[in-house]
Parts: sequence; C-alpha cells; structure tokens
Amino acid sequence: MRLSLFITCYNDALFPQTGKAVVRVLERLGHTVEFRPAQTCCGQMHWNTGYLRESLPILCHFVRVFADAETIVVPSSSCVAMMRDHYPKAAQMDNDPALAREVELLLPRVFEFSELLVRRLGIEDVGARFTHKVAYHPSCHSARSLHLDEIPLRLLRRVRGLDLVPLANSQECCGFGGTFAIKNADVSSAMLADKVRCVLNSGAEVLTAVDNSCLMHIHGSLHRQRTFVRVAHLAEILATGETSSESAAERALAADQHFTLSSSEFPQ
Amino acid sequence: MTSPESSSRQLILARIAAALGRDAAAAASVAPADYAALPRDYHAATADQPAQRIQRFLDRLHEYNAECTRVGSASEIAPAIAATLTARSQSPHAEVPLASAALAVASGIPPAWLPAGFDFPLADPLTLAELDRQPGILTTCTVAIAETGSLVLQSAPSQGLRRHTLVPDFHLCVVFESQLVSTVPEAFARLDPDLPTTFISGPSATADIEMTRIKGVHGPRSLYVLLVAD
Amino acid sequence: MTRETQPSQQNQHWNRRDFPEAARQALAAQPAADAPFEHSQTRRNVRHATDVIQAKRNAVTAELPDWQALRRAGAAIRAHTLEHLDHYLLEFEANCTRRGGRVHWAADEAEARRLVLEILAPHAPREVIKIKTMTSEEIHLNACLEEHGIHPIETDLAELIVQLGGDRPSHFVAPALHISRGQVRDLFARAMRQPDLTDSPDDLVAAARSYLRQKFLTTPVAISGANFLLADTGGVCIVESEGNGRMCLTLPDVLISIVGIEKVLPRFQDLEVFLQTLPRSATGERMNPYNSIWSGTPTGDGPREFHVILLDNGRSPILADEESRQTLRCIRCAACLNACPVYHQTGGHAYESVYAGPIGAILTPQLHSMHAAQSLPYASSLCGACYEVCPVEINIPEVLIHLRSQVVQQQQSTLTGSLGLWNLAMQSAAFLMRDSHRLPAAVHLAQRLQSPLVSRNGFIEWLPGPLSGWTKTRDLPALPAESFRDWWQRTHAQKSAPEPNPKPNPESAS
Repeated sequence: MRLSLFITCYNDALFPQTGKAVVRVLERLGHTVEFRPAQTCCGQMHWNTGYLRESLPILCHFVRVFADAETIVVPSSSCVAMMRDHYPKAAQMDNDPALAREVELLLPRVFEFSELLVRRLGIEDVGARFTHKVAYHPSCHSARSLHLDEIPLRLLRRVRGLDLVPLANSQECCGFGGTFAIKNADVSSAMLADKVRCVLNSGAEVLTAVDNSCLMHIHGSLHRQRTFVRVAHLAEILATGETSSESAAERALAADQHFTLSSSEFPQ
Repeated sequence: MTSPESSSRQLILARIAAALGRDAAAAASVAPADYAALPRDYHAATADQPAQRIQRFLDRLHEYNAECTRVGSASEIAPAIAATLTARSQSPHAEVPLASAALAVASGIPPAWLPAGFDFPLADPLTLAELDRQPGILTTCTVAIAETGSLVLQSAPSQGLRRHTLVPDFHLCVVFESQLVSTVPEAFARLDPDLPTTFISGPSATADIEMTRIKGVHGPRSLYVLLVAD
Repeated sequence: MTRETQPSQQNQHWNRRDFPEAARQALAAQPAADAPFEHSQTRRNVRHATDVIQAKRNAVTAELPDWQALRRAGAAIRAHTLEHLDHYLLEFEANCTRRGGRVHWAADEAEARRLVLEILAPHAPREVIKIKTMTSEEIHLNACLEEHGIHPIETDLAELIVQLGGDRPSHFVAPALHISRGQVRDLFARAMRQPDLTDSPDDLVAAARSYLRQKFLTTPVAISGANFLLADTGGVCIVESEGNGRMCLTLPDVLISIVGIEKVLPRFQDLEVFLQTLPRSATGERMNPYNSIWSGTPTGDGPREFHVILLDNGRSPILADEESRQTLRCIRCAACLNACPVYHQTGGHAYESVYAGPIGAILTPQLHSMHAAQSLPYASSLCGACYEVCPVEINIPEVLIHLRSQVVQQQQSTLTGSLGLWNLAMQSAAFLMRDSHRLPAAVHLAQRLQSPLVSRNGFIEWLPGPLSGWTKTRDLPALPAESFRDWWQRTHAQKSAPEPNPKPNPESAS
C-alpha cells in the first residue's frame, strides 16, 4: 500500500525519530511511504486556542497537499482528532462547498498510526522486540475522540520481551492541552504532578503513547525531577527489530531523552 | 397587562423568538410530528421473568437499607403488620416504645389489613404537630420499580397526602406484586400525570458529608415494604 | 451572532479574579481570610469526593445497556424544547395557572429578587426555609433577603454547612464537598451549641435533623428551584435525597420556585428519561431517595399559594447562537465537574461563579453575554472527559473552542488586544504554518537561535515571559539538529514521488 506520511509540525521539528520509526515500521511491513515536503500543520493549535480564522488557511493547505494521497498516516492522535472533529465545521465556516467536499473525501483516508496498523492493515505483530517495562498513557484524543481503546495495547502486547505494566488513573489528562499548559500553567503543572506520580508508581522504565505532545509534557517533569523513566512514542517501540533491538534499547535507556534512532539504523 | 411583570413576560418571549430567528408576533407552535420524531430507542421494558423482577426489587431495597417482607396473599397482611410493629417496638434501637406502638393510616386502607391490639389513627385529620408525634404511617403505592428499588405514590386513596409519608419516622408501604414493574418507563405508563407524585427510593439519605451515604436525614429513617403476592 | 448587552451592575459579584490567578491561589497551601477552607485539605477533600462519585457514576451507567440511547433521547428532548422554548413556556404557564399556580417572569436577577420580596410582603415572614437552588445563588437572593430582615434557612445539609461556615458552595450537587467531616463537626458544634458532638457522619446528620425539624413544621414560606418544569401538566419536578425538599414543598403555606426558563420539558412522560440519567449522573445512584412532581396547588395537599418565577437573566441570548445553544440543555447533574481533571485540582471556588467546572466555564461567560468571565473558556485542557459523561451530550470542548474564538475576536477588535503578545504570537505562527517554505525556514532559524537557552543536557530549563509558565515545573526538549523533513530530504528524496504541487493557497481564506 502507498502511504503518505503527515509527520505533523511538532514531530517534524522536535521528534524526527518518531517519523523515522513510522517509516521503518511501514517499510518493514512492505509498504511504500511517501513524504510530501509541502506539508506544514493541521491547524490544531490555532483552532483550539480560539484563532479559528487563522487556522483556516493552515488546514486548507493541509487539504490541498494531501488531496490526492491514497492513505495518510499520522503519528499523532490529536492532529487526527482535529481533522475529524473540526475540519467539517471549519469548511462550513469558510462557506466553501468545494473545501467541504474535499474534506469529506479526505477524512476517511486519514489514519492515526496505530489505528492504521490494526484497523486498516489488520496487523498486530510488527516483529518488534523491546525488553523493558513499559506503561501506556492513553492520551485524551486517542481515547475519547478516536476511541482507539485497546488498539495500542494490542500492538504492545505483541512486542517480544515487552513487560506491559498498568498505569493508575491512565484515562486522566496529563495537563498538556496545548496553550493550556502556558495559559493555565499552575493547573497544568498540578495535573502533571498527579500523572507523574502514577507513572513513577507504575514501575515502568518507559512510558509510551501515540502522542508526542503528552509525552513531551510528562517527560518535561520526569526530566526536571531527574528520574530515570524515559518516554518513547509507540512507533519507536514498534520500530525496534529482532536485530537492532538491543542497541536501540540500550542506547535509549542510556540517553537522557526521547529514544533516538539514528538514521544509520535505517537501511537505505 | 401593563404591570412590569407582564412587560417582562413580553420581553422574554420576544427575546426568545428573536433568538430563535422568528417573528415575535408569530404564534409559537410545535408540530406534533416534531415531538413524535424524537429518538426514543432506549428500553421501554425488559423481558425479565417475574421472579427475576422481584429479586431485583428486593436487592435494591436491601442496598438502600430498606426492609422488606414477602407474604403470599392479602389475608397475611394483618399478621405481617402485627409482627413488624411488635418487632419494631422490641428492637433495642426502637425509637417507639411498645406502649405507643401505633401507625397512622392513609384513608382508604382496608380495615382487614389492620391487626387487633394496635392503634391505627386515620392520618387525614391530624394536624402537622400531631403527625409529627406519630411513630409511623401505613400506605400503599401506585407502582413500584424493580430496576431502581422505587415506590411511586400518588395522591390517591390509601396512598395518603404527601406530608403523611414524610413527617413520621417510619413508613410501611404495602406493595402488590402486580404493581411491580421492571423499568422507569414502564412505571410512567401507569402514572396519572395530573396527580401529585412522589418517588421514594429507600429511606431519606444524604451523602453530603465525605460522600458517605447516611440513612435518614429529614424524611422517614425507616422504610418497610410489605410485598404481597396477588 | 448577536448578544444583548447585560446591565454591567450584575457583574460585580462575578469574576473578581481571572481563572489562572484564582486557580493559582486555590492550589497554593495558604488559606485566605475570606475563604476559610481554601487549603490543601480542601484539595484532598475535593479529590476524594469527586473520585467517589465518579466511580459510582461509572458503575451505574455501565450497567444500563441502553445508556447511550438514554443520552441521545435526553439530548434530543432538550434540544427540541429549546428550539420551541417560547411555546413550551406558554404551555407551562397556562397549565400551571389553571391548577392554581401563579407564574411570574423575571428578565434579570434584580427583577427576580423584587418579585420574591413582593410575594413575601403580605406574609411578612421573619424566616424562610430554602431548598438548594442554583437560581437563588445566581440572583444572590440570600443577601437580599437578609438586607430586608428575612433570614433564609438553608435546609439541604451541604448548603447548611456552607451557610453556617460563611463559605461559598463549590459544587452544585454537593456544595460542601470541599469540607471534611471534622470541619463540619466544628461548625455544627458551634452553631447548634452542641460541644460534645462527634465527627461521625451519623451524629452530624442527626444533629441537622433535630436542628431543622421545628423550622420545617412552623416556617410559613419556602423557596426552591426546580429540576424540571412540565409543559403539558404545568408540573414541577424536584429531585433530592434528604427529604428537606419534600418538607419545603409540602408543609409551608407558600412556596416560591425560581426556575431558569430553559428548565421546561414538553411532557410529563419525558421524565422517564431524565429520572434515569440525572440520578445516575449526579450522585451515582440508580435513583435518589425522593422525587416530587406536582402541579399548582393540589387541594389539601401542599402549599395554598404557589409561585413560579421564570428567570431569564441572560439565558435567552444564548439561544441565538446555534453553536452554543446546547449549553442550555444542561440538567445540572455536575457529572462534568466530577470528571474534570481541572476541577479535581482547583475545586469550585476558582471559577468565581455560581456554576463551576466545565459547564460553568461555558455557561457563566454566556450568561454575561461574553462581557465577563472571559478566562473561563480557557480553563480546560480540552480533554473531553466532560463530554463523555454528559447525560444530554453537551459537546463542552466544542463550545469552549467556540467561546474562545469569541474572546479572541473581542481582543482583536481592540488595539491593545490586537497588539498583545498572544495575538502577535498566534498571528506569526499562522503566517509560518500556512506556507510550505516559511515553516521549515523558521525551524532552521530556531535551531540556530535556541542555543543560549539549551542546557548542557540538551534541554531548555528556562524560558522568558509567558513561556516561563512551562519551565517553572517542566523541561523542554531542544530542537534536534536535523528535522524530519531534512532527514527525509537527505535520505529518501531521490526515491520519493515528485512533489505534488498544491494549488496556490489563498491566504485570506477567512
């Protein structure tokens, strides 16, 4: 299958390793991945902060760039939620029937990464090996907007060597919420403190999710508190293979940040 | 219609009409079909067996800390009431000494239900102060709901006025099995919308202090159901 | 959308502090002089209470196989009613009047207070008994009654606790959930002169029972709100637990119910939906102990004089906005408060509003035609927990965003707002993000400029201005040297499909 990757703006700039992992997993499964450099952002930050007018040209741009893409894969549930929950209304607001039509045609072809694997491609075992204790944080949009439910957990359970540990109050928001983390920094920090407490109590070595935004937020506190819990996007765990797993995993735990899978690990 | 009140009436109605994008002068109306078309795909009834229904009702009453006794026929009501009053007056926690073991009764309660040896004043003529001194009240109900453990009383013979089942500390309600339905919608089908109606689900309670359900605040602290086969 | 300007005088009680500031104070451990329970004990109490209700609510909604169908039906009935609100109010008025009730219309809170005083005047009561009512809080009735020499006695246990403590309600189903039983004991022991009172909930409840019993039997006037009005019968429905409601509704000679105009339902039978969804959502019970439904003044059974005050007070303009009209579907179950992770942290007082939590965050600013409480639509991480539990399917996150857009438009309409830091930042970001070339260029620039902020460990630990809110408690990863698109360009570009050339993007799409 020909898959077009929408990396999302913040993954592009901050978490390139996630994009690389998505490419690695999908290519390993025999699919062709394309990347359209004209892509920018889904418009979520502006939309959710109330700058609806400002987000319109951003989302129009997205729709145009991907108009003829066969299947679009997005390693961020909140960006997919933005599209599904708000693009139809945005198109309506724009009073542009052509845009509304394009949105209507586009949305069924947009998939969050884990959703693509399980719901669209019917795959749960991607051949990964990751010998660590992992907790899964169901981000709000993945749980309550996309209703991914068990999907990411089903993928994680098929990873060899992975010890999936439960996370208390997992459904509760980590307090990120985009600009909320800045505008209501105190409440956001209090929510984060609760989440971090649950993460530490879980005994996990690695916290994973399908959204780097939440992971960045949670890791921001884990790192500030000098804990040894690391974070990794689900794709990065699934990208570990039988052969490269050891080096990737070990390097990951040694590094004091998000997992870093260097480009040399990707056969060209 | 020139009082400030009525002008506010016009003002509010005009605001609503304007907000809904209608001419204020146009008569507000609803096509009955609009209302009839509202989705109601919730369960109006369940297909449970009478035994299941009764068991569920008993379970719910138990959860509410309400007591319940089952009897096989109407002729057993009087002995059951006698037993209840006797047990109640002998309980170490009884608030009612044996000497005053009495029960006010709603008008319309069949005399055959009232056992000899106890005092059964009629509730209707009692003043509020007198009612407050009554140890308990005996009524029937219109319908009972298994799913929620509720008794529904309406202002009808033998069900008393609303204050009768509120002020005394003990409420004994006779429920016939034929009055027991499974679901809330089934109960509504049996109610007369024009009568004052009270749903009673367990004794009065509160959870306002640290979310602990405490039985008995201002309403009757004891609720007793006599479930009669019919 | 048109919104009428409300009298600014009514804003004085509201929003003394913006949400972020009020929340900061609620989160701090220091008690404030005018908020005696505002300390970390409060946060523990709120957390405990919301966890308990939430767990019960989840259990009793999960056991109903038709729960989602009940939500759909509830939402549809409420939406239908709002679309025909004038019709159903008139039908209610006619039927209530026919059965002996008197219906009054109050355009704003001042008028509602005046109506209450006028109704009370011939009876000249020294005291009135009250059932917990949000509309009474909304019109600040208690202070008004006190000013006129009438002492209002709150009879709901939680309201009594709040009243005796000189506090404010923090939750509209359990107004005293921020107060522990030890604190209740101290209040009751003082107010009821029972120094030996224990802190067992049973004893506290028994104390309240005996304290209020004579008041119920002798006070001639009661004031209530209502959960529902029924158009077809002129009926009123009140849902409660303790029996204090039934006392107030049946024993006094005079009853005044102050009810928001949105509370009407078309038919008596519609209660078959809401008497399932409301108790399960509000207290996590299959049914609350008592529901009372009656019309007018039934002969010999209840008050001889019954008044309904239909309160607009900023509601009707909300109907005009089709996007946010759904706010008025609310049946005040407070499930959204119990589910809200923001409310869990701050409790209700931080909202500086009678209506706290997610529903308060959308209702309060709209009741003030968006001229007050503009920080409340931002008091949410948009996590969606509120929408998930709402028994009438109010899409609160969607309305929050809609109201945020109105706040943004207000700001952009003023010079200071449009030149404000937020607007400039968001405009600049939009300028970069809508263009294929500007965004990568900006990322390259940021990669170079960030170095003074990046610590040796590769993280940013300090940021200036509003961004310091982030770095006060959290580190931020630095931008890696190579973005994904640069990596792709370097490693995959030659294999990649030719770049589809997007049509020119009209940037003034709005």
